[in-house]
Amino acid sequence: MKEILSGNEAIARGAFEAGCRVASAYPGTPSTEILENACTYPEIDASWAPNEKVALEVAIGASFGGARSMACMKHVGVNVAADPLFTLSYTGVGGGLVLVVADDPEMHSSQDEQDSRNYARFAKVPMLEPADSMECKEYTRMAFELSEQFDTPVMLRSCTRISHGKSIVEMGERITGLPEPKLVKNPAKLVMLPGNARVRHPLVEERTVRLSEYGDVSQLNRVEYRQKRIGVICCGVTYQYVREVLPDVSTLKLGMVYPLPKQLIAEFAAQVERLFVVEELDPFIEDQVRALGIAVTGKEIIPLCGELSPGRIRTAFASAGITPPKTASPGATNLALPPRPPNMCPGCPHRGVFYLLNRANAYVTGDIGCYTLGFMPPLNAMDTCVCMGASISNGSGIVRVLPPEEQRRIVAVIGDSTFLHTGVNSLMEMAWNRSPATVLILDNRITAMTGRQENPASGFTLDGEAAPQVSIPDLCRALGIRHVREVDPYDLEATKRALDEEMNRPEPSVVITTRACCLIKGEDRFEKGTMLRVDQDACTGCKACLRIGCPAIEWQPAPEGKKGKAFIDPLLCTGCTVCLQLCKFNAIGRAV
Amino acid sequence: MNSQITNILLVGVGGQGILLASEILSEAFMLAGHDVKKSEIHGMSQRGGSVVSHVRFGSQVFSPVVPEGEGDILFGFELLETCRYLPLLRPGASVIANDFRIPPPSVLLGQALYPEGLVESIRSQVSDFLLVDGLKLASEAGNPRAANTVLLGAVSNRLPLPEEIWLRALEKMVPKKALDINIKAFALGRSL
Repeated sequence: MKEILSGNEAIARGAFEAGCRVASAYPGTPSTEILENACTYPEIDASWAPNEKVALEVAIGASFGGARSMACMKHVGVNVAADPLFTLSYTGVGGGLVLVVADDPEMHSSQDEQDSRNYARFAKVPMLEPADSMECKEYTRMAFELSEQFDTPVMLRSCTRISHGKSIVEMGERITGLPEPKLVKNPAKLVMLPGNARVRHPLVEERTVRLSEYGDVSQLNRVEYRQKRIGVICCGVTYQYVREVLPDVSTLKLGMVYPLPKQLIAEFAAQVERLFVVEELDPFIEDQVRALGIAVTGKEIIPLCGELSPGRIRTAFASAGITPPKTASPGATNLALPPRPPNMCPGCPHRGVFYLLNRANAYVTGDIGCYTLGFMPPLNAMDTCVCMGASISNGSGIVRVLPPEEQRRIVAVIGDSTFLHTGVNSLMEMAWNRSPATVLILDNRITAMTGRQENPASGFTLDGEAAPQVSIPDLCRALGIRHVREVDPYDLEATKRALDEEMNRPEPSVVITTRACCLIKGEDRFEKGTMLRVDQDACTGCKACLRIGCPAIEWQPAPEGKKGKAFIDPLLCTGCTVCLQLCKFNAIGRAV
Repeated sequence: MNSQITNILLVGVGGQGILLASEILSEAFMLAGHDVKKSEIHGMSQRGGSVVSHVRFGSQVFSPVVPEGEGDILFGFELLETCRYLPLLRPGASVIANDFRIPPPSVLLGQALYPEGLVESIRSQVSDFLLVDGLKLASEAGNPRAANTVLLGAVSNRLPLPEEIWLRALEKMVPKKALDINIKAFALGRSL
């Protein structure tokens, strides 16, 4: 049977067919849908973890128990999970363990575009990279087999164009006959004290050599000879672009991108007149090919930054005189087109908070989530954003170098899911060392940015079962914060009062704004208000309501000599009343 | 350039239902026995940002994204976005656009005006340009929310698939209770 699957759906399917029993992840674009799909197979125990380190450790535990297990994350998630990963490379596995990492070249929804292939080399573990959905499924299955065959975790690398691209997949059945999980005592292998680890390290190095030799003969790496004037080494989605733009050249498609098949590369290089490496982001393959003493052209012509595309590869090969330059398209319109950046949704509970932060002249150390959009005009209320959880610790650090009168301006802003991901440790530090900053936890009851996933405070698990809820206020108090208060962010006056008081308090304090994301499904979780309208007679055109940048409020310019007015789109308004509270002329009211 | 491949771009604003429309297209091509690939970006762009989805079909499709300057059909859900992506098309391409405007943030804030003359600009560059009042026709079909399906019907006329395949794809992808209205909406678009 054939189906059209996204790369992420196909990876989940591959895990299912491979007999995977346990899957754990923290949501992160473009990896999120892998677990959401794994969860649809009753045979897989799929769950969210509070962060990627925990997710990988859950998978490691299941593997040590003898089951095939998987952890999934976005590229920056591997930074968080790096600690267990590097030691796991030494211990090896029980049941096969696959770490799926989805990179985001071009940073469509990320803070950097690090190339995860470097982690495979750094941690000395093999990495497979599929080039379409069918390969996503097949490589996931093969990754589990390789993991057990070579006693190593296997990384499977995807990227945005693979994870969120769809192509046709031939479905298979779940394998049977895998050994039942059981407890096996093997401390020399699994207790990584120095004495044991010193024994394991040489085995890891030998394993890498054996894996490279395996790569020389494995069907994962595929030589396709066409004309031999030009040979291109490539992997993943880049292979598809090369086939598209340079249909006649010979290719060495690497399905295993670490360790590299040295013999195979040398043979391919010897068969072609000129060798190229076309790879997205870092010269990962290129540097290693060059270290083999093989002449190769790569990043001299291929861009180092951003994702590749057929057009960018065509331009690169045109610059090398190999392909003709691009033909002209009908071309752009000569009209000026205003940009359309993403925005917080109408009714978003974060909007009023950022308006108040702006008015309070706060210096906002920010974090990762929908609320990062608070940096955009007209809110303009975020000053730093580094990584998950950094808002609080960045705030704690910055207050130490400021005079007391400036310290009050520091407000760390973090969402509920991000707080539980890594913000808890940061708040522990802030309380412990008495950093006099204010922390604002925007609790919208869900992990919103990645598409509304449950988290440890939302009350549900990945499969929708009711679950114990972390009490964020109690947690903050338990960490040593004496002043913790909750406000409704739709109540601007109360939120302003809480902010003012806590910003002026010369000790660490936490304000929690509690209000569900307006996109949460289920009426019991988000209550839509009565939509609002602007009384066109009462509106003076002062534009105060526009300062919150709500997509439901539109400025309607008036003809010459008259004042423009604000207008609320009834299809978009959720009735949150934040704009109503800003109108000094009572021009905004309920529509009924 | 691979002339055996048909390249379709669906463009509009996050939240307009572009993903579902591209799913229906892909499903139809697969049902008709073609190789098909599609690509789009989730995440940030869903928050009301500019969205483009690529769908390609033919005997064997390599790249999941349409090579720049090789788009055959532009399926526009919103006029400003339709205009924005014209440079992705090949000369002689078709444009089927919804006559619908969503103001971007700078227009909402009164800092810019929604550009005038978009329709004329597209018409001056594209000979096969069909402007569709999707909302009006969808209302005739029974629900203004079926506007995308009206557009899909109009796009289907430019694609070499029998009507029966389109209906099977709709049946598979559209929720049962909305199916009748969507079939009507599709037929209205296809009759244009």
